[in-house]
Amino acid sequence: MHIHRLEKLWIIIGTAMLVVFLVAIGIGAYAMGNHPPGHTSSIKLDPEKVYETPPFDNPGLEKIGENEYNAYIVAYIYGYNPGNIEIPVGATVHFYVTSADVVHGFNIPGTIVNMMAIPGEVNEMTYTFDEPAEYLLLCNEYCGIGHEYMATTITVKG
Amino acid sequence: MIQVHKTTDSKLSLSHILVAYAALTIGGICGMLQGLVRGGVIELPYGIGYYQVLTAHGVLMALVFTTFFIIGFLYAGMVRTTGPLLPTVNKIAWVGFLMMTVGTVLGVIMVLLNKATVLYTFYAPMKASPWFYVALVLIVVGSWCALVAIVSQFRYWKRTHKGKISPLFAFMAASTMILWFIATLGVAATVLLQFIPWSFGWVDTINVMISRTLFWYFGHPLVYFWLLPTYVVWYVILPKMIGGKIFSDSMARLAFILFLIFSVPVGLHHQLMEPGISPTWKYIQVVLTFLVVVPSLMTAFAMFATFESYGRSKGAKGLFGWIRMLPYGDVRFLAPFVGMLLFIPAGAGGIINASNQMNAVVHNTLFVTGHFHLTVATTVALTFFGVTYWLIPHLTGRTFTKKLNRMGIWVTIIWAIGMVIMSAAMHIVGLFGAPRRTAYTTYNDHPVALEWLTYERVMAISGVLLFIAIILLVISIVMMLRAPKGEEEFPIAEVNAAAGQTPAVLDKWWIWIIILAVLIVFAYTMPFIDLINSGPGSKGWVTW
Amino acid sequence: MDARRDQMESKRRENGNNQQEHGQDEPLKGTFASVLMLGAFIAVSWIGVFLLFLNRS
Repeated sequence: MHIHRLEKLWIIIGTAMLVVFLVAIGIGAYAMGNHPPGHTSSIKLDPEKVYETPPFDNPGLEKIGENEYNAYIVAYIYGYNPGNIEIPVGATVHFYVTSADVVHGFNIPGTIVNMMAIPGEVNEMTYTFDEPAEYLLLCNEYCGIGHEYMATTITVKG
Repeated sequence: MIQVHKTTDSKLSLSHILVAYAALTIGGICGMLQGLVRGGVIELPYGIGYYQVLTAHGVLMALVFTTFFIIGFLYAGMVRTTGPLLPTVNKIAWVGFLMMTVGTVLGVIMVLLNKATVLYTFYAPMKASPWFYVALVLIVVGSWCALVAIVSQFRYWKRTHKGKISPLFAFMAASTMILWFIATLGVAATVLLQFIPWSFGWVDTINVMISRTLFWYFGHPLVYFWLLPTYVVWYVILPKMIGGKIFSDSMARLAFILFLIFSVPVGLHHQLMEPGISPTWKYIQVVLTFLVVVPSLMTAFAMFATFESYGRSKGAKGLFGWIRMLPYGDVRFLAPFVGMLLFIPAGAGGIINASNQMNAVVHNTLFVTGHFHLTVATTVALTFFGVTYWLIPHLTGRTFTKKLNRMGIWVTIIWAIGMVIMSAAMHIVGLFGAPRRTAYTTYNDHPVALEWLTYERVMAISGVLLFIAIILLVISIVMMLRAPKGEEEFPIAEVNAAAGQTPAVLDKWWIWIIILAVLIVFAYTMPFIDLINSGPGSKGWVTW
Repeated sequence: MDARRDQMESKRRENGNNQQEHGQDEPLKGTFASVLMLGAFIAVSWIGVFLLFLNRS
């Protein structure tokens, strides 16, 4: 099988570029802890009993350290429980998100907080809010007739 | 020479193509309406829902238009390269066509009745009418008839031409259908084993993550099922169109084999933002996803090489002199060529989407919508449009007239401009965070969301432009069916003499299918074990 | 079996002849330049979004 010299060169260059990309995201994920969101812990939720299962029996913020919080949030048609969260600037928030009904999205535009809320599963993501602002938190997965109204805010106070 | 247009084979292909364009027309109306609603320009009358229209658009464009067109086109090419379909093959093909058509009609009725407003991804635990899932089964099983037909025809050719390398078109058609079969096993499994028993009420709950994983096991190779026939046109037909040669038969086959192997075990890159799947298995599938980029890099080289080699044979000078030698005035070349150029940003966007944690920037935003409107709705669609301008005359025994060519060039220009503007707006506003699959909203006039409105209006305007192109296309098709009688050939290029012999190993399917099976088992076993052990399932919800 | 091996052998020989006949690759400098530009476009787009990701994280 004959391969043109320049084609070989191109395949090597192109593949090398892809390897560089993979190494960059691999370092980000494995060396700097920037894994995509996800949680494979042993918390098994019955989607029908979300509000009876800890920690979602008591949704909301839990202060766990100096300006560090766990946020247990239940997505439902068409909102988030609790909504309108307020936190101080610089707060590190560990979001734990599930759904009480269908699949929802959990996205804060302008940040990398973007994950799926899936019934029966808990999704997890950590983010530090360094800028004071009123952040928009919206559902970016179609969830029904009122999907476009499913949003709330996270207010970061300076 | 056999008069192709008098045969039942040509009626078979033509029927597929016409259903495809009926779907494109209705899907196009839906697309335009969606754009206008999302941009806040109009509101839908008579209680028609935005998401209902969106479901119809997705199903008709992504599933019906593509599948029907691809199968009709592949049949025509099989006839051209391996001879008339065997009588049994032809019968199986017609059975498949009928099943797919009945499935399409049933599915569309369910969507129109608002019984299946679940979008074309039908994510559980949203529960549509069971007949919507039955419709999907009919479409998929019907397409399996096409698999049986094309692979049987291919094997018949191999049996009767011992020791010869198969025609490149037939090889590519068979690999496309084998890819399709392996991919649809996933969607068939989730629909037959999960959705149908659950939606009929035979079981109470559904495992949501398993259904999503099976769906995306299918969903990514689905896009390669669209892309491979497009590459068939580029590799085998375009060189003939410009009067050149196929750059390399063996590299073309190798590219298709790599697509076959690497386009399946990669579905998790659609689920990077989901719980329940370990980050390591996500990353492994990201690596496999990047491997499937390599055959596209090879294809890019082969295409430029075909053009340069032709240009130089016509006396082109300098580094880029050959660019001026191409037949831009011929829609049969121009449309696929524009599609090819726009595959460059499309591919770049795809690599971004699949980049593990980076996916958080774009996941479920309009960036993704922009991406697949460049890939399937521009690259694939324009290539198919270009094919249509010679394929319908070829199948009906008509001529491709100058007037048709002019119409086609307008369709190409308007479609390309519409898609470039719309996709650009979608990519940009997606990076700002605007969600996909969402009706008009300002989120209580939140300043972040208000910034998106301008882009959403641009999307609305380009949607209208695209609909104008569809009207012109439909008029062209009617004109083609009434064009003066004559013969139009099915163009198949010859291989460049310098390309060398094709190694016989490339023609040995079983090796590649075994490698693929091993990779699938490797990439999916552990994630599935994790998901099967998850908690109780979900009951169904009707939220529309 | 042997017949088939012979056939493959002769093919391989043919292949070798082909390569000798066309030992010089045809000039494809324009193609190479084009794919390099394509690669550069991909790299620039990817790095752009990667920087956006770092900036937002």
